[in-house]
Amino acid sequence: MIINTVTDKKQLSQDIARFEIYAPKIAAKAKAGQFVIIKHDSDKEGERVPVTLVDWDADKGTIVVIVQAIGKSTAMYNNLKTGDRFTSVVGPLGMPVEIKNYGTAAVVGGGVGIAEVYPIAKALKEAGNKVISVLGCRTKALLILEEEMKNLSDMTIVSTDDGSCGAKGLVTDAIQKLVDESNKIDVGFIIGPIPMMKFTSILMSKLGIKPYASLNPILLDGTGMCGCCRVTVGGEVKFACVDGPMFEGDLVDFDELSRRTGEYKDKEKLSFDLYKEKHICKSGLH
Amino acid sequence: MANPSAPRQKGIIQTPEERVKNFDPVVKGLTAQTAKAEAQRCLNCKNAKCSAACPVNVKIPEFISLVLKDDMGGAASKIMETSLLPAICGRVCPQENHCEGACILNGRFEPVAVGLLERYVADTAREQGVLKAPEPSAWTGKRVACVGSGPSSLSAAAELRRAGHEVVVFEALHDYGGVLRYGIPSFRLPREVISKEVETVQAMGVVFERDVLVGASVTIEELKEQFDAVYIGSGAGLPTMANIPGENSVGVYSANEFLTRINLLKAYKFPEVDTPVNIGKRVAVLGGGNSAMDAARCAMRLGPESVTVVYRRSLEEMPAREEEIHNAMEEGIKFEFLTVQKEILADEKGRVKGLVCTRNELGEPGPDGRRKPVCVPGSEFTLDVDTVIVAIGQKPNPIIPKKTKELKVTSKGVLEATEFGETSLKGVFAGGDIIRGGATVLLAMKDGIIAARKINEYLGVGNDY
Ligand SMILES: Cc1cc2nc3c(=O)[nH]c(=O)nc-3n(C[C@H](O)[C@H](O)[C@H](O)COP(=O)(O)OP(=O)(O)OC[C@H]3O[C@@H](n4cnc5c(N)ncnc54)[C@H](O)[C@@H]3O)c2cc1C
Ligand SMILES: Cc1cc2nc3c(=O)[nH]c(=O)nc-3n(C[C@H](O)[C@H](O)[C@H](O)COP(=O)(O)OP(=O)(O)OC[C@H]3O[C@@H](n4cnc5c(N)ncnc54)[C@H](O)[C@@H]3O)c2cc1C
Ligand code: SF4
Ligand code: SF4
Ligand code: FES
Ligand SMILES: [Mg+2]
Repeated sequence: MIINTVTDKKQLSQDIARFEIYAPKIAAKAKAGQFVIIKHDSDKEGERVPVTLVDWDADKGTIVVIVQAIGKSTAMYNNLKTGDRFTSVVGPLGMPVEIKNYGTAAVVGGGVGIAEVYPIAKALKEAGNKVISVLGCRTKALLILEEEMKNLSDMTIVSTDDGSCGAKGLVTDAIQKLVDESNKIDVGFIIGPIPMMKFTSILMSKLGIKPYASLNPILLDGTGMCGCCRVTVGGEVKFACVDGPMFEGDLVDFDELSRRTGEYKDKEKLSFDLYKEKHICKSGLH
Repeated sequence: MANPSAPRQKGIIQTPEERVKNFDPVVKGLTAQTAKAEAQRCLNCKNAKCSAACPVNVKIPEFISLVLKDDMGGAASKIMETSLLPAICGRVCPQENHCEGACILNGRFEPVAVGLLERYVADTAREQGVLKAPEPSAWTGKRVACVGSGPSSLSAAAELRRAGHEVVVFEALHDYGGVLRYGIPSFRLPREVISKEVETVQAMGVVFERDVLVGASVTIEELKEQFDAVYIGSGAGLPTMANIPGENSVGVYSANEFLTRINLLKAYKFPEVDTPVNIGKRVAVLGGGNSAMDAARCAMRLGPESVTVVYRRSLEEMPAREEEIHNAMEEGIKFEFLTVQKEILADEKGRVKGLVCTRNELGEPGPDGRRKPVCVPGSEFTLDVDTVIVAIGQKPNPIIPKKTKELKVTSKGVLEATEFGETSLKGVFAGGDIIRGGATVLLAMKDGIIAARKINEYLGVGNDY
């Protein structure tokens, strides 16, 4: 088995794919909260893309990542099949999340963030925490890993924007409701779109729950040599790829993070449009 | 008969107007004819000052004589008795500080173009297929791991393989060469030159593994278990930021990020590659070393209205290679000397809109004899820029010492090492930028060779092979 081979690929929803990849060195060392950088050279030299380590099997030598197709690179990955190989997979990168018995931990995932927070929920449960999972997404069709999260949580709450599954509303509504109903929560781990992480952190702070958010700035090397991923936490500059990506949510400058992740919007659109054009022409499919 | 008064050969140089539109080599090397003409200028000195001034003492008059005899294989072998990367050193050594700076012709005539000749020999010997990688000796039964694939590790790996050990090089990035690959642009050092040097080392039997971050994918302890000795050549890849207000604005790059996008990921070809890079209309580059020159010249090639280098000292004190400063000026890059960055201003969207600076003047000499730059009160002004590239320095990447408790680090953040590259951890050696901070390719190479010889001793293998 050659490293970086996709040993199993399946779609979880139209735009979200699950990849099992042969990467024994990484599988042996992976810890909750860490990520890998993947690269795939197609007809063009690929870029370096960070994705979270969702699961791993040290005996089989495989890791699992779950990727949402939102741009050129992730759409390209979506079109890979079992048996294809990534050009590079590097890891495990980032600091592992500090897993200990906090008491009751709220684990909050938004969209593909549900997959990213799954390993943290699992590790927290194994460390003896009571785990309350709050899963948020736009609509039922985009909800992933509901069964898996239910299986390891003491309580699971689903929130959809349109009410097609679970409660209608945002994860912040769900958290407020939990606290209103006298659920004691000691700590929160949040992964999702930036506004979701910002407002969930603010709410948790207000409610006396320590929030941790896994930041998603733009990364380049992922090993601390470029500063691309710099974020401001508590007034200090940190590199998300080596000091994080999980940071204290009540100290993060989310507005700066939001501005910095928009840096390449124009070029990203160009790249994606060119890819879609070519892909439509080639297969006649979208 | 030696002909020192003949004009010094320069190779064929692209005009500034042409070369700011491409990433092709600025200087095309010597031809057979011009190489001989330049070799003829050398006096073939007995106690050659040039060799003495070369950090690895390349046998310069000897290899130059072989150029005159058209013996490329012989000339290459002569150089490679002490230098393992002649195609690279010839292109990037600051010859003005070493071989050429010490050449006896200086003063009356121009010094012999040792760099161009060295480069010519390496390139031509390779083309002719007579560039011989050193033959590995019989297998010693020992295995050595090299961390990083920059000039330091490459040299250590080649020397260790030559001694007969089994050698594996581990590189964090997806391609090899270290700063040569991600930092130095192709218009100074073509990619094929780096690849060919790596291939030569591979041809000796050294195994290369990319995408392995030592300290994360595998630890130093594990390498110590799997190998008989370890050489750390992980460089100084941690960017020094300016720590001024506004440094996290959109449009501020570290030189490492900017250069890695351009050189390693070829972002100047976007969208023919997937990695983007953004340069606005008016760029400021902070710093005065090779990083700053390379960043400024890469930026210029992306077509902005202006690129301005902001340096806190004077031109005479710029540490960058002379040729690069000269080329940068020819390419239309502006320089603000004795100027220091104070703050980066941003617009409502958080994008860079200006760089506030103050002026310096040279005051009393400091302990190192250099006149200290002192701020001129009331000299504040704002440079109208929309992009800032911070190229003020590099520090050793802390991943390995952080994850390896017993590896001692000095107060400067570099790995503690003896003059032979021995670290505080038995069986673990180091060299290059990880023990020096940002230095030079040649010193990195020299460290690799010296440490390799020490490793031979440590492994109970002699040093005559
Ligand atoms: C630590 C970390 C873990 C992540 N884990 C996952 C995961 O498990 N699953 C998943 O689907 N996504 C994950 N992401 C996000 C993922 O990296 C981006 O969605 C991906 O880079 C988009 O690439 P693209 O070319 O398809 O889209 P593009 O069109 O290039 O970009 C779309 C948006 O993605 C972001 N982005 C672009 N390039 C990068 C980059 N190099 N690094 C980070 N963000 C970028 C920007 O906000 C951009 O506007 C993670 C990001 C980080 C930083
Ligand atoms: C932009 C720039 C231009 C320069 N120009 C010149 C010049 O013209 N002339 C000159 O003489 N010098 C120049 N220098 C300095 C010179 O490049 C360096 O001194 C030299 O490259 C140092 O070599 P090294 O092998 O020690 O480290 P590097 O070249 O830095 O190589 C280190 C390698 O190790 C890898 N690595 C790091 N950490 C790990 C890890 N934990 N696990 C695995 N791999 C790892 C890195 O990815 C990298 O590939 C320049 C430097 C820069 C930044
Ligand atoms: S290795 Fe560098 S310093 Fe030494 S002779 Fe060659 S160009 Fe000059
Ligand atoms: S010092 Fe100058 S002239 Fe003398 S051997 Fe060296 S290069 Fe030739
Ligand atoms: S991505 Fe380069 S330092 Fe974090
Ligand atoms: Mg992209």
